[in-house]
Amino acid sequence: MAVQVRIPTPLRKFTAGKDSVSAEGESVAKVIEDLEEKHPGLKARICEEDGSVRRFVNVYLNGDDIRFLDNLTSAVKNGDELSIVPAIAGGL
Amino acid sequence: MSFVNGLKCRECGERYEIAPVHVCELCFGPLEVEYNYAAIKKTISRELIESRPPNLWRYRELLPLDGEPLTGFHSGFTPLVKADRLARALGVDELYVKDDSVNHPTFSYKDRVVSVALSKAVELGFDTVACASTGNLANSVAAHAARMGLRCFVFIPDNLERGKVVGSAIYNPTPVAISGNYDDVNRLCTEIADKYKWAFANINLRPFYTEGAKTYGFEVAEQLGWKLPAHIVVPTAGGTILPKVAKGFEELVQMGLVEDRPCKIYSAQASGCAPVVNALHRESDLIEPVKPNTIAKSIAIGNPADGYYVLGAVRKSGGWGEMATDKEIVEAIQLLAQTEGIFTEPAGGTTVAVTKKLIEQGRIPRDEAIVISVTGNGYKTIEAVNDAVAEPHQISAKLSAFDELYANLSQEPAKQAKSA
Repeated sequence: MAVQVRIPTPLRKFTAGKDSVSAEGESVAKVIEDLEEKHPGLKARICEEDGSVRRFVNVYLNGDDIRFLDNLTSAVKNGDELSIVPAIAGGL
Repeated sequence: MSFVNGLKCRECGERYEIAPVHVCELCFGPLEVEYNYAAIKKTISRELIESRPPNLWRYRELLPLDGEPLTGFHSGFTPLVKADRLARALGVDELYVKDDSVNHPTFSYKDRVVSVALSKAVELGFDTVACASTGNLANSVAAHAARMGLRCFVFIPDNLERGKVVGSAIYNPTPVAISGNYDDVNRLCTEIADKYKWAFANINLRPFYTEGAKTYGFEVAEQLGWKLPAHIVVPTAGGTILPKVAKGFEELVQMGLVEDRPCKIYSAQASGCAPVVNALHRESDLIEPVKPNTIAKSIAIGNPADGYYVLGAVRKSGGWGEMATDKEIVEAIQLLAQTEGIFTEPAGGTTVAVTKKLIEQGRIPRDEAIVISVTGNGYKTIEAVNDAVAEPHQISAKLSAFDELYANLSQEPAKQAKSA
C-alpha cells in the first residue's frame, strides 16, 4: 500500500526538504510507523508518546480529517494521499 | 520602540525569533508573542493611552510591532453601547454591547487583527498578503491591502453570503472560492502558505494577527471606566478572540491599569457547530471536530484550532458556554435590532441568544454588569433574516393610498419592537 504523504514545512528537515514522500502501510498508524522508519524523528512530532495524534496536528486522508474516519486505524489503499497539517486560526 | 522579546510556543515553551512562523517545530503548538512586560509597565499608563487617537493603536505597547503602524488608523475603539432596552427585554440590570459591527473600514472585529497582521507583514518585508476566511477576514484583508497597495489573495468557502463575497471583490483582490466548508479552505491554505510564501494573515502571521484581538478586551475595560466587566459573552469560531480577550484583561491587570476582579467569560456557539461548547458541557478536555450545519457561517468552524485555549480561558474564569439554534439566532438578531438599533450578523445573534439562555439558566446573575460581544454586521448577511422580516407595504404615490393603508394599519394590533 504505497501512499503519498504531504509534509508541512516544519517537518521537512526530516525529509531532506521534500514536501511529499511515499510510505507504506494498511492503516494510517502503519503509514506513520513506516514514515518513522524512513525518516527517523517524524513520528514524535506528529504523535504523543502514547501514539495518539498531537492535538495541534490534523491528519487528512484524501482530504478527509481522519477523526471523521476511523482515526489512526483508518484503512489506506494504494495511491491514497495523506496530509499532515498544523491547525490554524480563523472565523467570525 | 519594540517591547517584543520574541515568539514562544504556547504548548512546550520553545522560543523563536520574530519571523513569519506560527507553528512550533517541536510539537506543532501555536506560537505566541512574548513581551517585555517589565519595560511596558514603566511606560504605559491610563493617561498615555487616553491621550492617543481613538483607534486600536492606543494600546501599541501591548501590540507586536517594531516600527510604526501602517494601517488601522480608524479601526477599533468601537462603541460600548449601554443597552438598556435589551437589558429590560432580558430582565437584567446592567448590560452593554461592544459593537464591532461598526468597526472601520469593513464592519467587523477583523479590522483589528488585520491592522496588526498587515502592518507586521510589511515590516517583515512581504508585498503579497492573503487569508483563509469565512468572509469578514477576507473583507478586511482586501480593504487594508488596497489602501496599503499590497497584492492580495483571499480564499473563502464557496457557499458564503453575497454581501461577504462582494465585500471582498470590490477591493479587487484575487478572490478564490473553494468547494467545501471553512475547514477545507483552512487545510488548503495551510498548504498554499507553505508553498507560495505569502503573508497569510491567519496562518504564518497568526502570532501577530491574534494579538490584535486583545484590543477588543482592552477597549471594553477602558470604556467601562478602566474596570473589568463581571461577565462577558464572546462568540467562538476558530477560538481566537475569546482567549485573547482574556489575555487582554490579564495584561491590563498585570500593567496595573485595572483592578483585578472576577470576570467570567462565556463561549457562544451555534447548535449546528458547537465543538467547544460540547466539550464544556461534557466537562472534557477533548474537542471532537464536527461538520458544521448552521446559518452562522462566520462561526461555522468544525475544527477550531484554538478551541483548547477557549476551554482553558472559560474554565479559568469560572464561566460557561451555551449554544443557539438557527431559529434562536434569527430571533436574537431581531431582538437586538428592535431594542438597540444594532443590526448584527448571525455570529452576533448567536451571542445575544446565548446570553439570553445563560441568564434564564441562572448562569449569569441578573444584577451584575454583562457585556455582549457583537463582532460583525448584519448588512453583510441579509440572507439570514430575509424571510424573517416584513416586506414593505406597496402603495401608489397618492396621499389617499397612504390614508387607506394607515386606516387599515391602525386596526391591526400594535406590533413589532414591543419585545422590550
